[in-house]
Amino acid sequence: MTTLSNAANATAPKAARRMRRRLPGIGESLVLSLAGFAILFGGWWLLARSGLVPEQVLPGPDAVLAEILHLMRTPFAGSTLQMHLLSSIGRYLMGLALAVAVGLPLGLLMGWSRRVERAISPVFEALRFIAPIAWLPFATLWFGTGIGGPILIIFSGAFPPCVINAYYGAKLIPTPILEASRTLGASSLRMLTDVLAPGALPSIIAGVRIAAGIGWQSLVGAELIVVSSGVGYLMMQGQTNLSTAVVMAGMAAIGVTGFAIDVLLRLIESRIQKGALA
Amino acid sequence: MAQAVRAGRRGRAGMPQVVSRGGLLSFLVVLGLWALATGPLDLVGPARFPSPADFWQSGVQIVTRGYAGGTLLTQVWHSLRLVLFGFVVASATGVGLGLLMGLSPRAEKLINPTFLLLRPIPPLAWIPLAILWFGLGDAAKIFVIWYAAFVPSVINTLTGVRGVDRTILSAAEVHGASRSQLVRDVVIPAALPMIFTGLRLSLQACWTTLVAAELVGAFFGIGRVLMTASQDVNPGMILFAMVCVAILGAGTTWLLGTLERRAMPWRQA
Repeated sequence: MTTLSNAANATAPKAARRMRRRLPGIGESLVLSLAGFAILFGGWWLLARSGLVPEQVLPGPDAVLAEILHLMRTPFAGSTLQMHLLSSIGRYLMGLALAVAVGLPLGLLMGWSRRVERAISPVFEALRFIAPIAWLPFATLWFGTGIGGPILIIFSGAFPPCVINAYYGAKLIPTPILEASRTLGASSLRMLTDVLAPGALPSIIAGVRIAAGIGWQSLVGAELIVVSSGVGYLMMQGQTNLSTAVVMAGMAAIGVTGFAIDVLLRLIESRIQKGALA
Repeated sequence: MAQAVRAGRRGRAGMPQVVSRGGLLSFLVVLGLWALATGPLDLVGPARFPSPADFWQSGVQIVTRGYAGGTLLTQVWHSLRLVLFGFVVASATGVGLGLLMGLSPRAEKLINPTFLLLRPIPPLAWIPLAILWFGLGDAAKIFVIWYAAFVPSVINTLTGVRGVDRTILSAAEVHGASRSQLVRDVVIPAALPMIFTGLRLSLQACWTTLVAAELVGAFFGIGRVLMTASQDVNPGMILFAMVCVAILGAGTTWLLGTLERRAMPWRQA
């Protein structure tokens, strides 16, 4: 929770600066943005209030907010909302870490050595067309309802961007630098850690950010089907109980967390790029 | 997002050709390893991963006798139809909204913040809600596919329109282009590469979302085949359905690429 509010605070001035630069009439844009929110939430609230659609189908924004607060205090589907979120995030980080740990070195090697590239890229390209979520049946078959299944799905979503961006990052490193380091006696491992990785860093960071986004999405998909805790599971339980408010509360939690992850990685990205330029 | 998109595009444009002698070789190596591991070496049990023979039998079974309520053709056609329909509707509405926001700063200020608020909710997270609202039938699938494809098309269209070179716009204006001419002949062609990037991302999102939605609950479709195969513990059929999903994804992407080259003959490289 602290990281979330920190991230929000840190981006606020940046966003404001960007807006001031682009839009001279800040007053007008503020009014229009607020009007946009008002139309969405007001329309939603009115529709829920009017009785045209039953409460069960569309609870109002106030009801969803109340449900979120309720879920944070009383357990639903096994635990409270924040505990569900925590178990989702734990799984997510494991899957993402695995994808980064395997994907980046592989991508760098493919960018460095033509032989590795020729051997791996056809298989990789073919596998990439399989939607991450399509691994689900095998995930269940191999790992049951254990932790391995969701991790496999997150991995298969987050792995390709890591490989691709590391590959292009390594390709962009000028050949003389690679040859010089090799001639001066760098071992393969040192090539990877001291030459390829730093050289490809900006591209790698962008890749990790894409991977983080896709990984989070894949996690949601995995949790809808194979697990017995986490926000996706909470939503499925809400759906089986025909409780739209619970489902919407889960969506809000997923949206906020996804947004926080993206903001955090953007911050790291700009920090690193600034460092690389200096 | 723009950066992500650019990186993604670079990824596709420059990746080495799949069909080469080396590529064929590594495919054969993988096939050989697969046959060895599941067959003579017995490294992987048949309940965990199918052998090439299992895979082939499953393929024959679904093509001739059908599986999970239909033959391969009906299942594939069911999924393909949903994706195509959802994708076309989403591209039309998404590109439309993106153009509107790109052309009218006022519309952008009104809509964009709200749009940015909804954007972080991944399409897959809409599936339970879609089922509550529309049930397990096609309507729910079309809704989530639409949402999945809508978001990237809006974002990329907006980015494309914003990125149109001001000089070109001024030049067209100086030469007396009307507003509609400006949009039709200058803005849209200039934004087209970005628009197509968005469409390609949309198409991928469509397939992922459809498969997920059909896994959660459906009566027909390739995702339904996957789910049934999973419940029946039929690894051969699981793998066959996965390969079908991959081929469908690759095939529709190729189709879109052809369309893209047709739409932008001036970009032939």
